[in-house]
Amino acid sequence: MNNKTILIGVIASIASIALPILGVWGGQYLIEQRTSGVVWKSITALLLIGASAVGILIAVPRLPIVNESIRNLFFHVPMWFSMIMVLLVSVWYSIRYLREPSERLDVLAHESAKTGIVLGLLGLATGSVWAKFTWGAWWTPDPRLNGAAVAMLIYGAYLVLRGSFRDEQQRARVSAIYNIFAFAAAIPLLFVLPRLSGPSLHPGQTGNPGFNQYDLDNTMRQVFYPAVIGWILFAFWLTQVSSRFAFLKLKHDEN
Amino acid sequence: MRPETNLLTVPLLREISTLLAKDFRLEWRQRAALGGLLLYVGSTVFVCFLSFSLRGGTPPPPAWNALLWVILLFAAINAVAKGFMQESAGQRLYYYTLVRPQAIILAKMLYNALLLTVVALLGLFLYTVFLGNPIQSPGLFVGNLLLGALGFATTLTLVSGIAAKAGGNGATLMAVLGFPIMVPMLLLLVKVSKNALDGLDWSVSQSSVLTLVALNMIVGATSYLLFPFLWRG
Repeated sequence: MNNKTILIGVIASIASIALPILGVWGGQYLIEQRTSGVVWKSITALLLIGASAVGILIAVPRLPIVNESIRNLFFHVPMWFSMIMVLLVSVWYSIRYLREPSERLDVLAHESAKTGIVLGLLGLATGSVWAKFTWGAWWTPDPRLNGAAVAMLIYGAYLVLRGSFRDEQQRARVSAIYNIFAFAAAIPLLFVLPRLSGPSLHPGQTGNPGFNQYDLDNTMRQVFYPAVIGWILFAFWLTQVSSRFAFLKLKHDEN
Repeated sequence: MRPETNLLTVPLLREISTLLAKDFRLEWRQRAALGGLLLYVGSTVFVCFLSFSLRGGTPPPPAWNALLWVILLFAAINAVAKGFMQESAGQRLYYYTLVRPQAIILAKMLYNALLLTVVALLGLFLYTVFLGNPIQSPGLFVGNLLLGALGFATTLTLVSGIAAKAGGNGATLMAVLGFPIMVPMLLLLVKVSKNALDGLDWSVSQSSVLTLVALNMIVGATSYLLFPFLWRG
């Protein structure tokens, strides 16, 4: 190991802690924003449309088996990133709820979790279609796929739990507890397990070409990173709209 | 003479030991519940034995392994489910005035861990008697089984508390809430247990076992932190 690889490792590990914190902080700010937020919403729209259009049109490296389906990198992977980010925001709202309970924080945690579920289902769908064309099956018992299924089951259980309460405060508190507990107990493992378990067909695993091998001339990175930022901002936008709707419904019910 | 100092002078530990003693006494007075649990394990194993004897004898090792963990998982859900649910709201309020909530969750976890250890060891014994014993490294297998009992207990204790709060059909809700959280743990357990069945070297299972230990600690610590909030309502 020379100095350069050590430096890159240090920078990467600092970034892997700093970026989620920044994302959660910024996400809360954007979701709870009172103004219309024209600037960031137009940036989001531009990034999403631009990354999708360019992602379909640019020349990509020709690799065996994946061929043109490599373009799924611009859609599938950003969806997972934004799902994790918005779920982190949801957990953070649940923690804040337990510290100082308020109906508002409960609604925000619930709506963030729902956005996470939508993005997770989109990620499963894009992954499944991709797998049908490259692996020949809609679903395989791969560690990554199992992890995705577990994440969806957890948040399905979260919704079932919310549905089984009559008392609103009780519902808010207990579902916040389950949200934090499930996230702490299962989500970190979904990143650890694929590295522990044996061979996998998923790109980036055991000899299958991953991001670094795909990307010989850095062109894919120039589309991939804007797509990730665009999808994460889109997740916050979606949460903002749905939580505003939930607040309006609450207000309407009160009167 | 100096006053005798032992661990029980620490208030938290004293409360935990009192609660543990209370749980054991309650269990012993209602022996039907304990007997029912053991009978549940026994009859499930017997049903498996009868089904496999149709094809003449014991199942192949992968099926043996999978079936053992399914039996233990369902036994664990049944064993832990009654923990918080058999207590009435008045009883909970009474405990709340006497001890701190951390003592309650730690005592419950310890109690469930001991109960599940007994269930797991008994289950393994009956299972090997009826369905044969293909285990090649028994030490690793039993160690992994004990880790599994501990992991089930730590995870399911808080889940049973949550399900008890929701009321209604507790056991179903507990399965719905508990299974997704336990899947990653189960994957690791089944993998290590397969390694032990095949008699693979310890170095193969080392990272999985360490992850299991770390997972148990994470789950225990989060339960310890979250339970006071659950209790407050």
